[in-house]
Amino acid sequence: MLDASGDGYITEDGRKIGGVVMEMRNITLRFGGVVAIKNISFDIREGEIRAIIGPNGAGKSSMLNVISGFYVPQEGEVWFRGEKRPPMKPYEVARQGIARTFQNIALFEGMSVLDNVMTGRLTHMKTGLMAQAIWKGKAEEEETANREVVEKIIDFLEIQHIRKTPVSRLPYGLKKRVELARALAAEPKLLLLDEPMAGMNVEEKEDMSRFILDVNDEFGTTIALIEHDMGVVMDLSDRVVVMDYGKKIGDGTPDEVRNNQEVIDAYLGVAHD
Amino acid sequence: MSDQLIFSIEVFLNGLMAGVLYSLVALGFVLIYKASGIFNYAQGVMALFAAMTLVGIMEGQVPFAGLINATFGTEVRNFGWTVPAFAGIALTVGVMIVLAWGVHQFVMRHLVGQDPIILFMATIGLAYFLEGVADLMWGSEIKTLDIGLPMGLNETIDRVTYEMFGYGFFIDNLDIVASVIAALLVIALVLFAQYTKQGRAMRAVADDHQAALSVGIDLDFIWVMVWSVAGFVALVAGVMWGAKSGVQFSLSLIALKALPVLMLGGFTSIPGAIVGGLIIGVGEKLFEFWVGPLVGGATENWFAYVLALIFLVFRPQGLFGDKIIERV
Ligand SMILES: Nc1ncnc2c1ncn2[C@@H]1O[C@H](COP(=O)(O)OP(=O)(O)OP(=O)(O)O)[C@@H](O)[C@H]1O
Ligand SMILES: [Mg+2]
Repeated sequence: MLDASGDGYITEDGRKIGGVVMEMRNITLRFGGVVAIKNISFDIREGEIRAIIGPNGAGKSSMLNVISGFYVPQEGEVWFRGEKRPPMKPYEVARQGIARTFQNIALFEGMSVLDNVMTGRLTHMKTGLMAQAIWKGKAEEEETANREVVEKIIDFLEIQHIRKTPVSRLPYGLKKRVELARALAAEPKLLLLDEPMAGMNVEEKEDMSRFILDVNDEFGTTIALIEHDMGVVMDLSDRVVVMDYGKKIGDGTPDEVRNNQEVIDAYLGVAHD
Repeated sequence: MSDQLIFSIEVFLNGLMAGVLYSLVALGFVLIYKASGIFNYAQGVMALFAAMTLVGIMEGQVPFAGLINATFGTEVRNFGWTVPAFAGIALTVGVMIVLAWGVHQFVMRHLVGQDPIILFMATIGLAYFLEGVADLMWGSEIKTLDIGLPMGLNETIDRVTYEMFGYGFFIDNLDIVASVIAALLVIALVLFAQYTKQGRAMRAVADDHQAALSVGIDLDFIWVMVWSVAGFVALVAGVMWGAKSGVQFSLSLIALKALPVLMLGGFTSIPGAIVGGLIIGVGEKLFEFWVGPLVGGATENWFAYVLALIFLVFRPQGLFGDKIIERV
């Protein structure tokens, strides 16, 4: 089934996966004495849903933070769209077309849902300050175009009814959805989701799963996500990286990693040597 | 209408105009505080520095003349030209932007994520440093700032009120101009924050740094921008105050007047800064007029602080701040 050697592969459900978009090579990340990531390599391919799983403290969020530029690894290389990426600030990574959500939700609490999602368009706003002041028409044109994209995403994620609501008033599950909307507004080439379903009830999880699949399906967005719920991971993802204590202990299709002895041991809490 | 009431109206109007200046200084504080959590003690000194720079440039002073002369035994003082007000203001804006960049690049950038008290201490250091630089650059003598704003009694108001009440109000033209300019400045700031890309980014940074980074906002750029805007607000305040009372070091003390304004209006609210400034301006003048004579005067020195204290006790979040609810 899995043909990583050639240029892409066909998934079980018949979707065509393309070439490598993002490649991590021998990444090592330390915090003082703690080694959060130990010499890990893996890739993410065009159009796929790639999951990163592992027990608490395994280094999953750290890996996502390396990809999005929030953490700078001590060793290793990050390759994006065929080019080695120099050390970058998070905003530079975002401008390259990599959008993300956070494990602990980072929204603009003082703004409405619409304004929050609108900030996702900032990387697409070109007109300079002077032009905005002088040439009103151009700026308005751009604003209208951005609004259209945003409204489409708001409809897509079924949050029209709370467009004008201040984010601080929303329940947790909806906040997660708004955060996804903001990331999607950037029309990212790669979307990073850190535990998009954490703390949700079953119904909310089902909704979120459906949205993730739809995003991937309709926009063709490449997605890397971290998730604890194994059922969800098995349903959503095409390929899975398994981490434990900063090391990669498995990489493959959901079926492959499920039958991997080391993975089973990690999840059953077998003592480490 | 009783004389007392008519006089009170005049005092009220004058208080309103004095309040405009407090509002402007407080606005500078709020801008930086919202965007970076820094309570910028140097805001008042920035106003002084801006005003001194404007005078120096307009009069064609050689910057650091004293230093140059002491080092090289020369006698330079003036370039021998004068610069028109408009060009002088543009150049001063440039200087304030360079200052904003310098402050961020050499000080604040290295303190990101530190405790607010440490950031505050840094701005105290900045205030004294800047005061010294201003002194060294332009000299410490009192200067007059004249950018051609109308000054003196507004005769129309004098005449109209005389016809109405039999008593002509004394309203200074400069105060009227200052109020109009301040109002325009605030409108421009609001439009900028609401409708431009940079303004949106500024609001985003004020709200959440991590989220701002994730949507591609360059925090360093926004911080320099905010310090520049605060520098511009300081320039406007410095010009107003300087035109009224001369450019001198006491100008930096208006920062201390902004403090009670902030307690009243809340540290993060732009409308709060404006309304707070006006309330303090009016309150201070009316209180002096009504109660001053009974207690031997000089109430303007302390009235603002007492009012702010009362506010702190009953509404610690300020006029427009969100209610503070203890999370348990
Ligand atoms: N900013 C940081 N400073 C210091 N240590 C950190 C930092 N971020 C992560 N770590 C450490 O790195 C290790 C991996 O943390 P990480 O958050 O990546 O785990 P995770 O797999 O996402 O866990 P969880 O499932 O609980 O979210 C942990 O030991 C953590 O304490
Ligand atoms: Mg995590």
